[in-house]
Amino acid sequence: MRISPDEMVFFEYGFVKINFTIVTTWAIMLFMVIGSILVTRKLVIKTKISRWQSILEMVVTGIKEQIEEVGLHKSKTYIGFLGTLFLFLFTSNLLTILPVYEPPTSSLSTTAALAVSVFFAVPVFNIMEHGILDYLRSYVKPLPIMLPFHIISEFSRTLALAVRLFGNMMSGVIILGILITITPLVFPIVMTAFGLLTGSVQSYIFTILATVFIAAAANETETEVNT
Amino acid sequence: MDNITLIGAVSILTAGITMAIGSIGPAMGEAKAVVAALTSIAQQPDAASTITRTLFVGLAMIESMAIYCFVVSMILLFANPFWNFVITKVTGG
Repeated sequence: MRISPDEMVFFEYGFVKINFTIVTTWAIMLFMVIGSILVTRKLVIKTKISRWQSILEMVVTGIKEQIEEVGLHKSKTYIGFLGTLFLFLFTSNLLTILPVYEPPTSSLSTTAALAVSVFFAVPVFNIMEHGILDYLRSYVKPLPIMLPFHIISEFSRTLALAVRLFGNMMSGVIILGILITITPLVFPIVMTAFGLLTGSVQSYIFTILATVFIAAAANETETEVNT
Repeated sequence: MDNITLIGAVSILTAGITMAIGSIGPAMGEAKAVVAALTSIAQQPDAASTITRTLFVGLAMIESMAIYCFVVSMILLFANPFWNFVITKVTGG
């Protein structure tokens, strides 16, 4: 049994490997980019807007409200990163209703890449907001003795972020595979429905955790500036 | 018992024990979280939406403990590095 779509290789040439994860990731990226370009090509500010523009506006304002609720008030700075993260994860987790599709998030490489981008986004946003000195000073707060713990927590939460998403999505795929061999009639559908719930909750959690990390770092230095 | 049998048997046994012990803690934790959330929803039905959202996030965080155990047991069963090592040794790879 394959435990990740990485092992299904379509094309291999030396170092370059095109596997199922890469294909599905690029398909989702193309789908989302082309879809948003088509929708945003003719935006209007009127009382009567098109159906697609209305959907997109709802999505964007929804994400914006969620970000602001966590405590990031300048949501315009962050919505590019966090919104992309959420929409990519949400689409890739919900497309499991398609027959041969396996979510790219059920491969550890995808989730690790996303977690690493969160790992770098936290200091980048923080430095952009407060400058590098305040950022570095947040590591020796409240005491310099906390420095190794801060560093360890940066790495461990990145690992936890990656493994959490990977484990949830991979378990959905594997449980489905096992169920199809034992009870192929109705139960796989029930588990697929449950997998849709898990997938959407996990994509929400991944994004909200990234938001919380960024907000925690930002607010930590903010209070320090005030005192 | 030769080495291949030993590694296979220990891997399967460990995978089972990992799942069994690793799901006890998260199960109790999730039960406690749900009980607390239900109590507070019963007391304050107005805050139900906030409580439910926080509950879902918390449940997923607790559940990730069980998921870590699941990942470890799946690695032991389907992508065991020690097993692959022994197999390549035996087949002379």
